[in-house]
Amino acid sequence: MTTTNGSNEAIPTLQLLDPQGNRVTTRGTKGYRDRAAALTAEDLRGMYRDMVLTRRFDDEATSLQRQGELALFAPSRGQEAAQVGSAYALRPQDYVFPSYREHGVLHVRGLDPVDRLRFFRGSDHGGWNPTEHNTSVYTIVIGAHTLHATGYAMGVQRDGTPHDKNDGTAVITYFGDGATSQGDVNEAMVYAAVNDAPVVFFLQNNQWAISEPTTRQTKTPLYKRGEAFGLPSLRVDGNDVLAVYAATQEALERARLGQGPSFIEAFTYRMGAHTTSDDPTRYRTSEQEEQWRRRDPIDRLAALLRSEGALDDDFEAEIKAEGDELGAQLRDGVRALDGGSAVSSMFDDVYATPHGTLATDRAWYEAYDAGDPPASQYAIADSAQGGAR
Amino acid sequence: MTTMAERTHTTSGAPEPASGTRTLSFSKAINEGLRAAMRHDDKVMLMGEDIGPLGGVFRVTDGLQAEFGEQRVVDTPLAESGIVGTAIGLAMRGYRPVCEIQFDGFVFPAFNQITTQLSKIHNRTRGAVQMPVVIRIPYGGGIGGVEHHGESPEALFAHTAGLRVVSPSTPQEAYTMIQEAIASPDPVLFFEPKSRYWGKGAVDLEAPVGTDTLNTAHVVRQGTDVTLVAYGPSVATAIKTADALAEEGRSAEVLDLRAISPIDTAAVVASVRKTGRCVVIHEAPVFFGAGAEIAARVTEECFYALEAPVLRVGGFHTPYPVAKHEHEYLPSVDRVLDAVDRAFAH
Ligand SMILES: Cc1ncc(C[n+]2csc(CCOP(=O)(O)OP(=O)(O)O)c2C)c(N)n1
Ligand SMILES: [Mg+2]
Repeated sequence: MTTTNGSNEAIPTLQLLDPQGNRVTTRGTKGYRDRAAALTAEDLRGMYRDMVLTRRFDDEATSLQRQGELALFAPSRGQEAAQVGSAYALRPQDYVFPSYREHGVLHVRGLDPVDRLRFFRGSDHGGWNPTEHNTSVYTIVIGAHTLHATGYAMGVQRDGTPHDKNDGTAVITYFGDGATSQGDVNEAMVYAAVNDAPVVFFLQNNQWAISEPTTRQTKTPLYKRGEAFGLPSLRVDGNDVLAVYAATQEALERARLGQGPSFIEAFTYRMGAHTTSDDPTRYRTSEQEEQWRRRDPIDRLAALLRSEGALDDDFEAEIKAEGDELGAQLRDGVRALDGGSAVSSMFDDVYATPHGTLATDRAWYEAYDAGDPPASQYAIADSAQGGAR
Repeated sequence: MTTMAERTHTTSGAPEPASGTRTLSFSKAINEGLRAAMRHDDKVMLMGEDIGPLGGVFRVTDGLQAEFGEQRVVDTPLAESGIVGTAIGLAMRGYRPVCEIQFDGFVFPAFNQITTQLSKIHNRTRGAVQMPVVIRIPYGGGIGGVEHHGESPEALFAHTAGLRVVSPSTPQEAYTMIQEAIASPDPVLFFEPKSRYWGKGAVDLEAPVGTDTLNTAHVVRQGTDVTLVAYGPSVATAIKTADALAEEGRSAEVLDLRAISPIDTAAVVASVRKTGRCVVIHEAPVFFGAGAEIAARVTEECFYALEAPVLRVGGFHTPYPVAKHEHEYLPSVDRVLDAVDRAFAH
């Protein structure tokens, strides 16, 4: 269960599928292999389909950004195994706190693909109702949501939710190597640990935080951070969907059984730019990119499926057609978002109850927008507030 | 007052300093100001996320790590409280850290260090320890960014004693003010209007440093009928409004505050006593914003000179809106003209 990954130190890393797509049977991994073995050929084909569609979503969103239809996009290319593999281990009652790059997770959770681009289009600060899919909205402020995940898990604990490996409730939060430096992330692990909160810290170590390599964040392998807080912690080959699935399932079951938090470091690679505004040629080599291209998570699963007779041209064509449909849905759907919300919607939902200052601002804006700016803001304040202060 | 020409260069083997007047973008002007300050004083160091090989997401620190090395231009871990907290320690050890916060919305993990520590150490040590720390923050909207990339949080800092809060409006000001901020023994929150980063202007690279830009407002245009008070990104809006007013035969005076802590009350008062009308413009929300402070002071000092109440044009009491709607939120020329009309209607 050991790979070196380029450093002098041999770092234990769970791998069940090697980069050529062969199942690996290392000593000490039987429990994980059994979990992976429980996946049927149909399950594996489903994972493959979802990984390919995640990449298609990425490509479509990137080109929509190039066409000026999105303000920004953060591609997940290269991280499909880490995302789809971990999401497959989730159950509907589990709750997800993503950052902004978890397109594979959100896809598996069944979120509408157009909704997932509202934020990146600059037409919405959220995009979906978290309660519908037990999946919170994106968090841009790095690491802030890991505390929310921990608090949510503390709530689960207090609800008397059954301790059952299938019917219990777990929480999972996704964050990056850069995020591990934030105080919030470290505080989240403290809170999770001392409360035995049912939360899984799922770190995608994609080697980069914009232009900074992981060496700018840490002197130890990052899974050891979890260990130091007292969390069962494991590093997995993040481009190996089987290992990710098995490790996440184990950690989620631990949470659902009331046995506390865990930490998983999925060792992977951000194959694309940080976002569509980024230029990786300024800080990393094409050799490194090439080295990781040979570890492409999708190719790896494809090789396994082919060797096990589970992938043929018909299935590939089916996925391609589905991808084309997704592309069309995104292109039409994203363009149609315009006009969806009036400018005055900026005044909506700021508070749950009426607020006088906000009401005054809205009334002033609406009068101004109608070409009838009032002489004084206060002249309209009383009528606008309707008594609410 | 030192001038660039008088300065000795501490970095041996460095290329000759840029000199003369050149046309520079706003971001390049700050870059040149940082370079000049670093050449002038080898205790000046830069800290922030992605400021090394990448040169910062806005390229403000482009080439500086190559020139000054990794000890003086530090790619920090992704932790803003750490950036400011360690800058405080470095300052105690005699360094002059210039921290870059990547975007306005990301200063808040450092808010604790800035407001409870950085602002107070000079006071708590009875002046024994100075805090020459600059915190550069790209701020303001208009660039079509996503959430947390368009905000104007300056009032939150101006409310805290011990901090200076400034914002340049032109490349020349940016070049001079960054050097004066670095020279300041007090902590300076240096707000860079990101919508202006790409705008160009003439910059005299030998302009004197030590001209008190952190304390004084600047009359950009003289006028007699109304005073438009602005800072940072809104100065350009004020100038465009003054142009439009000139076509209507109204004469607007444009005051670039440069600093909102301290506010150059004398300059504002002198102008409003002359014009009798005052409109304050900023992108930040009007509610509890800098404009409220200015309106109160003008009312106190110019009551009998005023022809109309002081009016404010700025953001609404809403979260900074989505990119699709931000231009309706930002103070436009049209909205400023509307306020001026209201002032004249009194
Ligand atoms: C508090 C905060 N500081 C800075 C940023 C700007 N920023 C956005 S993404 C990013 C790098 C994040 O790296 P990592 O955590 O490894 O996640 P990845 O982007 O690789 O998925 C930075 C610095 C931010 N969003 N929030
Ligand atoms: Mg990363």
